[in-house]
Formats: sequence, C-alpha cells, structure tokens
Amino acid sequence: MSDTKRTNDTDHEENIGASVGELRSGRWNTVGVPTEKSKDFKATSKRLVQRMADERWIAGVVLITGIVSVILVVLGPRVLGHATDILFDGLLGRNGRDGINFESLHKTLWFAVALYLASFVLAYMQTFMLAGIVQRTMYKLRADVEDKIHRLPLSYIDRHSRGDLLSRVTNDIDNIAQSLQQSLSQLLTAFLTITGVLVMMFVVSPLLAFIALLVVPASMLLMKQIAGRSKQKFIAQWKHTGELNGLIEETFTGHAIVKVFDQQDQVESRFEKINQKLFDVSNDAQFISGSIMPSMMFIGNLNYVAIAVIGGLKVSSGAMSLGDVQAFIQYSRQFTHPLTQAASTANVLQSGMASAERVFELLDAPEQEPEGDTHLAGNVQGRVVFDDVSFSYSKDRKLIENLSFVAEPGSTIAIVGPTGAGKTTLVNLIMRFYELDGGAITLDGVNIADLPRSELRSNIGMVLQDTWLFNGTIKENIGYGNPSATEEQIVAAAKATYVDRFVHSLPDGYNTHLTGEGEAVSTGEKQLLTIARAFLADPAILILDEATSSVDTRTEVLIQKAMGALRKGRTSFVIAHRLSTIRDATVILVMENGTIVEQGSHEELLERQGAYYRLYQSQFSAPSVELD
Amino acid sequence: MLVSLLRSKLSEYRGLLGLVLLFQAIQAFAGLYLPALNADIIDKGVAQGDTGYIWRIGGWMIAVSFAQLIFAVSAVRVGSKVAMAFGRDVRADLFHHVNHFSAREVAKFGAPSLITRITNDVQQVQMLVIMTCTLLLSAPFTALGGVVLALRQDVALSWILVVAMPAVAILFAILIQKLIPTYRKIQDYLDHINEILREQLTGIRVVRAFVREPEEVERFRQGNEALTTTSLYSGRMQALMFPMINVLVNLATVAVVWFGANRIAAGDMQVGAMVAFISYLVQILMAVMMASFIAMMIPRAAVSADRIQEVLMTNTSVAIADNAVTQLDIRAQIKMTGVGFAYPGAEQPVLSNVNFTLEAGETLAVIGSTGSGKTTLVNLMTRLFDVTQGSVMFDGVDVRALDPHALWSRVGFVPQKPYLFSGTIASNLQFGKEDATEQEMWEALRVAQAEEFVRSMPGGLDARIVQGGVNVSGGQRQRLAIARALVRKPEFYIFDDSFSALDLTTEANLRAALAPYTRDAAVVVVGQRVSSIRSATKIMVLDDGVVVGLGTHDELLATCPTYEEIVLSQAMVAGAQ
Repeated sequence: MSDTKRTNDTDHEENIGASVGELRSGRWNTVGVPTEKSKDFKATSKRLVQRMADERWIAGVVLITGIVSVILVVLGPRVLGHATDILFDGLLGRNGRDGINFESLHKTLWFAVALYLASFVLAYMQTFMLAGIVQRTMYKLRADVEDKIHRLPLSYIDRHSRGDLLSRVTNDIDNIAQSLQQSLSQLLTAFLTITGVLVMMFVVSPLLAFIALLVVPASMLLMKQIAGRSKQKFIAQWKHTGELNGLIEETFTGHAIVKVFDQQDQVESRFEKINQKLFDVSNDAQFISGSIMPSMMFIGNLNYVAIAVIGGLKVSSGAMSLGDVQAFIQYSRQFTHPLTQAASTANVLQSGMASAERVFELLDAPEQEPEGDTHLAGNVQGRVVFDDVSFSYSKDRKLIENLSFVAEPGSTIAIVGPTGAGKTTLVNLIMRFYELDGGAITLDGVNIADLPRSELRSNIGMVLQDTWLFNGTIKENIGYGNPSATEEQIVAAAKATYVDRFVHSLPDGYNTHLTGEGEAVSTGEKQLLTIARAFLADPAILILDEATSSVDTRTEVLIQKAMGALRKGRTSFVIAHRLSTIRDATVILVMENGTIVEQGSHEELLERQGAYYRLYQSQFSAPSVELD
Repeated sequence: MLVSLLRSKLSEYRGLLGLVLLFQAIQAFAGLYLPALNADIIDKGVAQGDTGYIWRIGGWMIAVSFAQLIFAVSAVRVGSKVAMAFGRDVRADLFHHVNHFSAREVAKFGAPSLITRITNDVQQVQMLVIMTCTLLLSAPFTALGGVVLALRQDVALSWILVVAMPAVAILFAILIQKLIPTYRKIQDYLDHINEILREQLTGIRVVRAFVREPEEVERFRQGNEALTTTSLYSGRMQALMFPMINVLVNLATVAVVWFGANRIAAGDMQVGAMVAFISYLVQILMAVMMASFIAMMIPRAAVSADRIQEVLMTNTSVAIADNAVTQLDIRAQIKMTGVGFAYPGAEQPVLSNVNFTLEAGETLAVIGSTGSGKTTLVNLMTRLFDVTQGSVMFDGVDVRALDPHALWSRVGFVPQKPYLFSGTIASNLQFGKEDATEQEMWEALRVAQAEEFVRSMPGGLDARIVQGGVNVSGGQRQRLAIARALVRKPEFYIFDDSFSALDLTTEANLRAALAPYTRDAAVVVVGQRVSSIRSATKIMVLDDGVVVGLGTHDELLATCPTYEEIVLSQAMVAGAQ
C-alpha cells in the first residue's frame, strides 16, 4: 500500500508540473487511481480464498460431491462399454444363447441411467452450493467496503474520485462474482477429471500416458506466457473502467454546468479518449485470453497425433493391441478437454483478480486515527477549549497556527473573517473530521481525541454550508438528526424553523419525496430543512456554518428568532458573513489567515477599533439600506 | 430490445462479423475432420501395418490442427475487436445522449442509475457479444457437421436427435424466461447500491456529524442483502443448466444403445456404426452445450439492453429545433414575454406571467423569498428547462429556436451551488473559455477577487482542485465559479445567488470590479441582500412565482410593499443603525 501511495504522490507532482493543456486533455481524474505496476496476483488470490474460509465446511461438501460426480462420469463410458460387449457377445453367440441378451442389456442400461441421474443431482448440488459460497463472499466484501468507507479519513474521500470508488463496489465486485461463479466449478471439475483420466491412462499404457503427460508442462508454459500478458491488460481494463466511471459521475453531477458552459464537446472528447484506451486494453485482454482455448486445443491435437502415430507404430510392431490404442485415444481426448477448459477459465479468474486487487486496495487504505474510550460525564456542559491548535491540509501550506480560545458552556461564539481564513476548518476540527497537527481540543475537559467519535459528534448539531439531503421524504430527511423522533416532534421542529410553511404548499406535504437532483424544493428551502434536522437532534453544542446564506432575509429574521431560542443553554458556534446576525454573540473571534487576530464581544471589539471595527465599518458604511 | 440494440450497433461491423463467421466455420470443420483422419490411421495404417501411411496422415493431421489454430486465433482477434468496439460505441452513444438530456431526464433516471447503465450494463451486453464471436459462432457448424455425419451412419436412429435437440432448446427457453425478471431485479438492486453509496460519499460530513454510520450501514446492508438474495437465486437457476445438458446427452447415448440394439439384432445396423453414431451425438450435443453456456448470458444481457435502450430512446425535453438559428445579431438583449413554468402534473405553476426586457449594459436584479421561483427563472434563461407559457428571447430569437451552442456560448453562468470539476484551477477556468491565456485567467481571477488566494496556493493556476472543489473553502469556490464565467467574456451574465458565501467586504470589492468588466453585457443577478442589488437598473421582486414589483430601488420602495418588507427585514437584522 505504501508503494501505491508513493506512486500516487509522484503522479500528483507530475500533474502539477505538467502543462495546462496536457492536464486538460489527458490526465483527467488521475488522483488516487492505482498504477498498473507492483501487482501481486498470488497474494490477492490467497486473500480471496481466505475470505471464503468461513465457508470451508460447505466447500468441503462441494469437493466431495464434485469427486463423486466425476467418478460417476468417468464410470459412465465403462458401463456403456459393457452394454456394447453384451451386444457383441450376442452377435458372436458367445453368451450361450441365441441372439442378444436383452434382459441383461436393459439391466445394464438402466444402471447407466441411474448413474447419470445421480451424477446430475450431484453436479447440480455442487454448483448450487458454490453459488452460495460466491454470493455470500461477495456480500461480505461489499459490506466490508461499506464499513471501510465509514472508517476512512475525510481527506481520503475528498481526494479520490467518487465515481472510481463507486466502480470498485459495483463493477469490480460484480466482475469478481461473475468470474468466480463461472470458473470455480469448472476449474474444480476439470481438475478432478484430469486426475481421474490420468489414473486410467497409466493403467492402460504407462508409455503413452507419459507422452500424454507432456501436455501438462507444455500447457503450463503456454499459460504462464499468456497469463503474464493478459494480467497487465486486465488490470488496465478495470483501471480505465474506474476512470471512465469517475468522469461520467463527475459530468452527470455537474450536468447543468457542463451544458450551460457549452462544454459537452470537450467533455465528450475526454470521454472519447478514456473510452478508446479502455477499448484498446480490453481488446488486447480479450484477444490474449481468448487465444488460450485454441492454443490449448492445438497442443491437445499435437498430443492426439503423437499418440495415434506412436500407437499405430507400436501396433504394427505388435507391441500393443489395437483396442488399447483406441481406448487410449479416447482417454487422451478426455484428458485435454478439461485441461483446455481449465486454462481458459483460469484466465477468466485473472480478470476477477484484477478487480479483487482494486477492492483490496480500497480495504487496505489507511484508516482514520483510532478513537479513545474515555467517556464524558452524564450531563454534557459544552465547554470547548482550543489549546494551541495547529492544523494544515497539506504540509506545504499551514492553515491554522497556534490557535487558542475558550468557549464557556451556553455561550455563543461567532467566527468572522474573510473567506479562506479557516473558519469552516475550525468547526470541522471540533467535529474531529480532521486530525490536529499540534495542540488539543477539549470538551468538558476531555481531549476530543480520547473520546469515541460517535460520542463526540452526537453531542454536536451541525448545519453545513453545503446542504445535503438524501433520496427520501421530507419527514425522513428532518428525522435524520434523530432516528427515534416521533412525527409530532418532527413537525414541531419544522414549525420552529419555518419549514412547515413551505411543506404545506407541497402536494404531498411531509411525504414529498426528495431526489438527489430534487426539483421540489429550492436551495434556500433545503437550508431550512437542514436547520430543522439539527434542531430535532437537540444537541448540547450547535454549529451553524453559513446556515442561512441562501435564505431570504425576511425568513432569516424569523429564523434568527427561533435560533435565539435554540441557542439558549447550548454552546453555539456561528459562522456568518452578515455581521448583523452575530452582534449578540458572547465572544466574537476574528480570524485572518488561520489565526485569531481579535476576540471579544461586539462592543469591546468596536471600541478597540481593530480588524473587527474595519470589517464592521466596511459593511455598514457602504451605502446600505436606506429607509425613507 | 437486445436484438434491436445489437442490430443497430453492430451493423457497422457487418464485414468483420462475416469474417469471424468464416473463420469459425473453417475452424469448426477442421475440428470435425480430425477424427475422420484418425479413423483412417487406424483402419488403413495400423490395421494394415502401413508405417509410411501412418507418418503421412500424421503429418496431415498436424497441418490440419495448425490450420485450425490459425483460424481460431484469427476469429478471436477479429471477434474481440468487434465486441469491444461495440461496447465502446454504445458507451459513447449513451454518454453523448445523456449529455443532451435536460435536468428533468437526468432526475428521472437518477445519476447513479445512468452511471451503472453506461458501465455495468454495457459490460453485460458486450460480454455476450464476445462470447458469441469467440465460442457461439462455431457451434452451429459443429452441430451441423455432426448431424450430417451422424445421418450417414444411420438414418433410423436420428429420431433421437430430433427429440433431444428440441428438448434441450425448450428447457433452455423456460430457464431463460425465469431468469429475465430476476436479472432485471439484479440490475435495479445494483443501481440502488450505487445510489446509497454515492449519497453516503457526497454527504459523508452530514453522516458523520449526525453519527448515522450505523443506520447507513444498515441501509446499505438491506440493499446488499436484496442484491445477494436475488443473485443467489439466479446463480442457482444457472447451476441447473450444465448438469441438465450433461444428463440429456448421456440419456440420449443410452437411448442410442437401447434402440440400436434392436436394429443390430434385426441385422439393420453394425455395432461400429452405432459407436460412431454415439460419438457424433456427443459432438453435436457438446456444441449445443457450448451454445447453452452463452445462452446463460442472454437473460442478463437482455435486461441490460433494455436499460440501455430506455436511455437511448428517451428524448430530451429541451430538444434542438430543426433549422435552429446559429447566427445571432449581437446586441445583448434578453426579453421575456408572458413566461410561465409549471412542472408536469403540478397544480400550481412555479412561475407565471413574467415580462421584462433587458438591454446591453443593464442589470436586472431578482429578489424574493425562498422558493419564489428565482432559480427557475434563471434556468429558463439558460434553457435548462423550457417555458410552459410565453417565450424567452435572446437578441430577438426565441431560445427554443436557437441552436443551444449559440445560446450557451453567449452566457456566463454562475450557479447557486458552485460546483468545480477535478483538475486544476486553470482547467476549471478553461471550462469557461477553452483557449484562455494565462493573462485572461489572471484577469478573471482578479475581478472575481480570487487572485490573492490563487497566488498563495502551491502551483498557482496549476493548483489541484478535487472533485466538487471541496479542497477550497465555500467562499473561494464561489469566487472560482465566478471567475469561470468571467473568463468567457460573454454577452450575458447570470449570477444565481452567487455572492452568498462571500463576506461583505469581498462582495463589495467584487461588485466594484465587476461593473467595468461587464459594461457591455446584459447582467442578471439573483440575490438576497438589498445592499448588493440596489444599484441595479431594474429590480424584479418575485413572490410565489408572480412578479409583484419591477423597477428601480427607489421606485419599488414607494410602490411595492413586498420590497419594502424585504428592505425592512434587512434593516431589522442589521439592527438600528
């Protein structure tokens, strides 16, 4: 993993160094996409097998049914051969009766029917159980990825293409399932059949068996050659699939912008490029892996000719009987057929392994810092202290440096300052979305790094700058903040945050279904919904990051009043550009370039005539609202 | 659907497909010829002790198998090219088609579903095409050759073939019938999983802030379980296929011995002929089995083809007119006459009877409460939706008659949610103007008040932007989105509440810099703050989709009570000065 990471970093630097034109044309979305090198298929397949360890009992049963079923299949021709003998004996009058012994023939044939039916049942059982093993393993794999997503640091998710992550869960896992499903049972049957037939061959003629056995190293060599080539192509194939998924996802997310900026042709040409690359590698992958079958058939045929010729010569010299050669030829066909099959399915597995690597790579990504197991005292007061906190997203650009302040329980802390000063980052740190570079943040005297994340966050209600609603009803979206809330509580929260008003004008009221691309509600209304969500969560600490920026001012006046009530008895952090909305804050922190340049109450800061004063002046001295 | 998709997208490769067919035929016949040669070695060479003959035919056999190799590999080469080209073309078609959808069609399918359709569904159909080209196409030749050879041995026994082959076909048809609805469900569940996961990734901060991970995991688990249960069901159905064919083949051979015995007893047939008949029967049914292997893929591919065709057959609701106007007489004028918009089936229109004319150099500000129709109005101008009443005219031409490129190349749009694309600052600005020079970019950044922070970023213009622009602050993102529109230097600017994340100082500076930059353009500004719109040429006050006031700040203060209310509310928030 560290290797891949390092390669990514280099990739990153290359990108920055690359010319703008190249960046635009070719290297779209390369962040976090794995490089093609340093792949270890052996380790991957081992891991995949290990993941099926829970299923070993069923796997054992699969193996046994497989063995029995193969034995029955190998026995089948012998029983039929016996029937032919009965025919011959009858014709030659060797059975001491006149003509064919139909009674004995029919008995033998019924036995063959029973044998075949039994092998049918066993073979079906085998694949039936195998399907279970594969699907349950895939279920766990998907569940593990889901769990992993909730353990990844935010910085990882921010850095990676969403479409590529999605592709790993849908396309890659689907591909693993399909290739396992297709190949496992065939591989197993093929292996067992080869063993069975080989035993029979040695019984008939050790010399010819040895010649037939030459096929094995020859095909191994061939497989190695071909597999080595196709592996790279399969890796590239799934990598490009992920890349394409990334581009598609991003384009469809920004659909309106792509259209209005008339960038469809440009996006399409980028798509064209990745699509063409995908075509090139998958064409090669398919060709290389598709050649396995004919090549194996050829090796099989060579072997077939060798046995026919050598066998023929041996018969002519009287060293072997014609019947033995005939039988041997039949066995050698039975031998090469499963070998061919095994070779081509092993190749299907290669494609599955390439996908498995991508999934494991995600599962191996470094996780967020471990959480502590200290607990807060039963009644959370909400005293938040920043003690000499330093933080940066990337090493070369310090964002927050040596920041200290105290938020007393029940106070309202307003954070003001120009955009990019680090206001949102500061509240993100309280949520422990990111890890500090230095210093500590404490809640009620406990370092938040020592708390379980869930305990910390469930005491904080946050309304973000970016609204996020999920596919569900308005009721469900408000209830997100408190899963156990009753309908009355939801409506009460909606009323307090002026959501109720517009919900009533919707035809389905609280049951109106919101979709990701939602047409039903406006951006301002979405903001109101997210406020209602935090309201319902009823936390000890409240964080409002530009919560009402898209809400019209008339509604905002009303919300401010409701917020005043909500803030009572809670520690609140408010980020707002409209200074008017934060005048009554207990403490105002003025931030510039990641540090607090001033702090105090509105009046104190105005008196000081510093940064806040200037900010305030610029807002209100500018020709503002004039009332006649 | 599957057939029509294949027919339309493969027709281009008809010649290559013919070639694959030819190669497969040669390859199959070579395969059938080998046992005949082998019989010759035994009958004529071994039995008569003719060593020279054995060597000769042995050499000939090697030549035939070499020819088989060459043709089989060539078939794979051409076949995989056709199949992959098919996949590539369908993906490109889908992507192109979806790009021309309006927001409504995208919402109808949902972005996650559209993504699965372009990648996963295409993959399924493509898989069928590959398998057909590399395996299936040789099956009919092998089967046909086998039938001919079997008939040469004994015509009377061929009724077994007549029974066995349709029996296989019917059993398959039944299985496929059962599998199709199952696969439809599987693809839908896959969509659903994609949707849940995409929601979690986009809303990861909210999920974490509200400690909803357990519930999200549970939601995913339900989707996962539904997918697994259905996949398991289909996997088990599929598991029936191979053993079923096997048992049919074997029972048919038993039948041949059973009934062959009677004919042999009657002296109508030789034992040798019966043995040969069996071997051809096996060969034929092997070919059928090969076909069945591919037939297993048909249900899923059919469902996927349906889903692909569904997208391809959906027409965009903002269609390009025939003979669309591409040349405009440039005077930067926007005019709305009696414009109304309602969602289909909705009782209340979102907008009704909007009228205004905006000339070059003028600014129209739109203000109104949340949900009053401001964004809808803007979307009608950029033709993300089409009006349901009245008309929107750009430079005297109805937008619906205008070539969308002609329209969009003239508009600089800043959306309410400033979405940035992954890449660099420069690549995002070039989104606005493809051939923008560095100088132009810096100028746009300067006007958008973004120059300073871009300069401080490592790499400057080449600084990395991640998907959605989440690695810069909300205010910075908004300013980059503004710069992206400015760099185009268009005739029309549309700012949809684009200053909401800016502090007032920055906004004031921005507006001051913007004025000379947009002097010759027509500008539409949607805003919340009276302070930022009061200097506009015209202010439109929207309330519940109706224009309740249109005029200058002073005019509206005197005549429009809603406007006065808005102004008052801001004064109240601002507190007594």
